[in-house]
Amino acid sequence: MLRLLQLELQKLLLNKSSKVLIFISFILPFFVLILSSLRINFFNWFTLELGHYGLFNFPVVWHIVTFFAAQFKFFFAIVVVSMIGNEYSNKTIKQNLIDGLSKKEFILSKFYTIIFFSAIATLLIFIITLCIGLYYSSISEVSLIFRDIEFLLAYFIKLVGFFSLCLFLGMLVKRSAFALAFLFVLFILEWIIFGIINWQVNSDVAWSIHNFMPLQSMWNLIDQPFQRIAISKAPNGQNFLYDFAVHWYEIVIVLAWTAVFIFLSYRLLKKRDL
Amino acid sequence: MEKINQILESILTINNLTKKFGYLTAVKDLSFTINKGNVYGILGPNGSGKSTTLGIVLNVVNKTEGNFHWFDGHTSTHDALKKVGAIIERPNFYPYMTAQQNLKLVCRIKGVDESKILEKLEVVGLLDRKDHKFRTYSLGMKQRLAIASALLNDPEILILDEPTNGLDPQGIHQIRQIIKDIANTGTTILLASHLLDEVEKVCTHVVVLRKGEKLYSGRVDEMISSHGFFELKSDNQEALISILENDTSFGSIKVEGALITAFLNEPMDAKTFNKLMFEKGIILSHLVKRKESLEEQFLQLTDNKEA
Repeated sequence: MLRLLQLELQKLLLNKSSKVLIFISFILPFFVLILSSLRINFFNWFTLELGHYGLFNFPVVWHIVTFFAAQFKFFFAIVVVSMIGNEYSNKTIKQNLIDGLSKKEFILSKFYTIIFFSAIATLLIFIITLCIGLYYSSISEVSLIFRDIEFLLAYFIKLVGFFSLCLFLGMLVKRSAFALAFLFVLFILEWIIFGIINWQVNSDVAWSIHNFMPLQSMWNLIDQPFQRIAISKAPNGQNFLYDFAVHWYEIVIVLAWTAVFIFLSYRLLKKRDL
Repeated sequence: MEKINQILESILTINNLTKKFGYLTAVKDLSFTINKGNVYGILGPNGSGKSTTLGIVLNVVNKTEGNFHWFDGHTSTHDALKKVGAIIERPNFYPYMTAQQNLKLVCRIKGVDESKILEKLEVVGLLDRKDHKFRTYSLGMKQRLAIASALLNDPEILILDEPTNGLDPQGIHQIRQIIKDIANTGTTILLASHLLDEVEKVCTHVVVLRKGEKLYSGRVDEMISSHGFFELKSDNQEALISILENDTSFGSIKVEGALITAFLNEPMDAKTFNKLMFEKGIILSHLVKRKESLEEQFLQLTDNKEA
């Protein structure tokens, strides 16, 4: 396993563009830190200070930071599709196999890399969130601090699932740019299917099917936090009550998709003549 | 006795291998064995299935039917490939890495110690360019790096597919010299080429393919059951021809201007022939005994099958 990870890391880190992209994808979450300390002064009328709205108090801070950090996953997604695209355009995939790498090992080396980077990203977010939370909230009780920490797990699963999808699309179309375009097409397709079912049957059925689709199921892992913030601010917030928690079945659906994408990538490579 | 065992040690066995690309059959029911210590050539015109066959045994093309196994048949293909060195068509490396970094990656794949890198770069004469990026290399240098990469694991067999394709004469010469040097160390080599003189110069055994079918497999010098031919000139040409035509030792006789070519039906050396002619009162001004070149044999073989 270490050998396969080392292989892929050498391929990535010696490549200037993927090195820059990996760097960016790790650095960007730190902007949440800057955002949190932002004080915008509107012509001396009033000062917008995000920290004062209780956004960065435990435990809600886990939810908010993971939600926003997850939006930066696109940078590493580019790395994932290009690490497949480059292997095809340089024909190094062929040479790797001739040199004695099995097709299974080839896919696994990519998958281990995805897990490795998702783990690092999750660890960084953990540290950042902990810092922000400790700075803004007065809570010092450990059990309260780590309440809602399941959002971190959801974040990790979400990254692994999303990058596995990118890996599969990369294997499918062999070109980085097309794979990213495909991702967008898939997004639209999910909503078209939703629309058709909604129109033909009803919205309940449409939603329940939609929640099983790859991109939507990943989105469901970390629900948008705006409503939760609104609830905590509104005097009669119970009216807006919605389910923002991370559910076990949401995790299972994404893990199932991850397995499907990795397996399909392997099948694709196995059947293909290079 | 020990030597015989060594000779019979098989490295690659192919049985009834078939590959179809849709309606096109690229390789048809192909069988042959590669034994240790010989230098093999796979000969055939473009599109005869050479690269496809190599692709199948190298794990990058899926077979349709048949089977093959490496060594004794107990190792999986990808493990066997760690003991094989191969280059197919054009050299494939990561353009943004230096030669040394590229070879380091190959070492990691093959599970070989990295100490071999400099040694093999020296063999192909690229040591002074080891820290230059692969994309700055000329085609000849790329091809030499590919050979260095294939040699990293001191392979049991070296597989080369069209190694001199697209190179300038100097590059071709360099690559051939490297191949000859490697062959001299006793490494088994499998060389696919459509260049006959290339195969003739280095190979002891040959497999001839045409349209995916095997026409011949065996020693180069036994490719055609031929006893060779005489090239003759004489002032008394007509008498010479009539003698040759009446002699059952000779088959077909070709006359091109003053030069007569007489093909032998049975073994006969030049001395005996000269004596025979002298006894019959014919004085030869030109006498050469030759065997068909590989090119002539190859054309004869492919023509025969066509008819």
